[in-house]
Amino acid sequence: MSSTNTTAHSVVEPTPTVKRIAGAIVILYALVTMVPLAWIFLTSIKSPPDSISYPPKIVFTPTLEGFCNLFTTRTRQTPDYIQSLPAPTGTCDEITRSRNMVIAGPSNYWPRFGNSLVIAFGSTFLAVSLGTLAAYGFSRFRVPLADDLLFFILSTRMMPPIAVAIPIYLMYRQFGLSDTALGMILLYTAVNVSLAVWLLKGFIDEIPREYEEAAMIDGYTRLQAFWKVVLPQATTGIAATAIFCLIFAWNEYAFAVLLTSGSAQTAPPFIPTIIGEGGQDWPAVAAGTAIFLVPILVFTIVLRKQLLRGITFGAVRK
Amino acid sequence: MSEIKIVNLRKQFGDFVAVEDSSFTVEDGEFLALLGPSGCGKTTTLRMIAGLELPTSGKIYLDGEDVTFNRASARDIAFVFQLFALYPHMNVFRNIGFPLLSQGVAKAEIRARVEETAKLLRIDHILGRSVSGLAGGDRQRVALGRAIVRRPKCFLMDEPLGTLDAEFREVMVHELRELHNRIHATTVYVTHDQHEAMAMADKIAVMNHGVIEQYGTPQEIYNRPASMYVADFIGSPPMNFMRFNSGLKRGTRSIFLDGVEVAVPEMGEDVAPGEMALGVRPEHIRFSDRSPIRGAVYGSEYLGTNQIVAVETAAGIVKARVSADRSFRLGETVGLEFSSAKLAVFDCASGRAIASSPNAETRHG
Ligand SMILES: Nc1ncnc2c1ncn2[C@@H]1O[C@H](COP(=O)(O)OP(=O)(O)O)[C@@H](O)[C@H]1O
Ligand SMILES: [Mg+2]
Repeated sequence: MSSTNTTAHSVVEPTPTVKRIAGAIVILYALVTMVPLAWIFLTSIKSPPDSISYPPKIVFTPTLEGFCNLFTTRTRQTPDYIQSLPAPTGTCDEITRSRNMVIAGPSNYWPRFGNSLVIAFGSTFLAVSLGTLAAYGFSRFRVPLADDLLFFILSTRMMPPIAVAIPIYLMYRQFGLSDTALGMILLYTAVNVSLAVWLLKGFIDEIPREYEEAAMIDGYTRLQAFWKVVLPQATTGIAATAIFCLIFAWNEYAFAVLLTSGSAQTAPPFIPTIIGEGGQDWPAVAAGTAIFLVPILVFTIVLRKQLLRGITFGAVRK
Repeated sequence: MSEIKIVNLRKQFGDFVAVEDSSFTVEDGEFLALLGPSGCGKTTTLRMIAGLELPTSGKIYLDGEDVTFNRASARDIAFVFQLFALYPHMNVFRNIGFPLLSQGVAKAEIRARVEETAKLLRIDHILGRSVSGLAGGDRQRVALGRAIVRRPKCFLMDEPLGTLDAEFREVMVHELRELHNRIHATTVYVTHDQHEAMAMADKIAVMNHGVIEQYGTPQEIYNRPASMYVADFIGSPPMNFMRFNSGLKRGTRSIFLDGVEVAVPEMGEDVAPGEMALGVRPEHIRFSDRSPIRGAVYGSEYLGTNQIVAVETAAGIVKARVSADRSFRLGETVGLEFSSAKLAVFDCASGRAIASSPNAETRHG
């Protein structure tokens, strides 16, 4: 629309007052959502008694006890035995001994965290790759029954995935996929691929066909044109889609509890089990949660521009 | 360089016929303008030649080789898109060099050829720039550069000047023709602008509703339009049509307009009685007080070197291009005289021009 008046304001440009109110609301909302995060972080550096004191302590002496308990398994010993040991080799050693315990070995936290990384990133990679190819196909070719297929793909998300938990549980047991990283990757890929197809189709629809056609006339095959011309222009959409897929796979709890218990267990079902080890070890749980939040935080911050464009569905694209 | 020949090319989208049995040949080094209004099937024709669209029927030959079903990448054709389709994630240099990369040309040679091309188009100073910040004219030149760098068999251009502003378009029309004179590449140039077509092309194919109405040199198209559609589409103001009812005999050299005899070129065929139209270009009309064809001045448009005067006659409003010296009063009665040799006669029902002998002109005033 051409502007008819000389001011730079469009009709929808908010006034300064509106902007200030909106800003205040956003800040308030940010504070509210940050309270639990701050709580988790503070709890992770409290001592167990401080963590359950009431009213909650804002001022306290920080300690690494939560992190030590998170990373180790410990056994209780008599003070005499502990006295007889050589001098402690590190901070955790020292803290543990002060509680009349000794470190028995590393905990399962890092292996579980590693499982989460492998499964979440693996399924995200698969879902985004398959989704990109499918979206490209739907966008560019005359696929028979395309609308029905797209609806079918979307319909897989119309019920909560956990509604099919029992069939999947039985199926996985049959195929030996229970408690395997591969099984979890396949499962999360299947759930995410519908989201990926729909999101990415929107992005690819917006890339004019002329680019590929130009490349094909310039001597490239369709696959080369896709790789060299379409993909670079779809990076925004791919990044946004990847974040959504990753967040789902990273946080997923119900399937993880049901299908993983041992070697393929991810962090979400593992973290609550920390509580059981000797009383209510809230600092250790909080420490596990705090570390668990880091990858998504980093990923989101790195790709925040794309994420913003992704959730506005291309409206911001130039 | 090569010859493009299309034979009975036809394209249907579902039930809709976008291009109907078109045939033409673009000879080696020739510049053909495919001219017609928006939606008439120009782009579709071009895309079929390029291999981006498969024809419903018909054949396409490049240099005598049947390429109708070859892939676009196997045709060695360059295409300049309407909106240029410059790759936004590559700079100017990489855009121009991209076609060479697919051919496995060595790095050093790519550099040399891109630079040579850029020099030819006078864009060698912006090779390092991103294409997204370029002005319209420069984008245009980059698109051309990407097309010519590969030295393809032929060029297809789809309204490449459509997005430029009028002033710059004029400049580019000359540049494009100059470029063509230098590299003599066989070119098919799509446009809806008759001035571009007239100014650049060796041959023009006028298209309407998927049909090629006339194919010929700009002079032929202008002087001997094959149909009322072509006559009306080319020229500004377009050809005047003065309606009359009559049949025609082969060899006839005059027709009657409202009872007044008008000399015309010798008719080459018999025509059954029906509604006909006499076609007169505005510049082939003179004012003469002695002429029995009378009309009242309806309006005039001053153009500096000449003026367009609209005259209301019994056969409708006629626009004449006459010298700017004389001024006319509205409603003033004037007599019209035509350059008989330049007249055309059309059958209104089919819109077709009646064959006539251009040599007849010497015997008429
Ligand atoms: N892929 C397509 N599907 C259906 N109709 C099409 C398609 N491409 C073009 N058309 C139709 O064919 C006609 C000719 O289009 P086009 O060749 O683009 O015209 P032009 O370039 O002369 O403006 C138009 O009416 C257009 O709507
Ligand atoms: Mg077009």
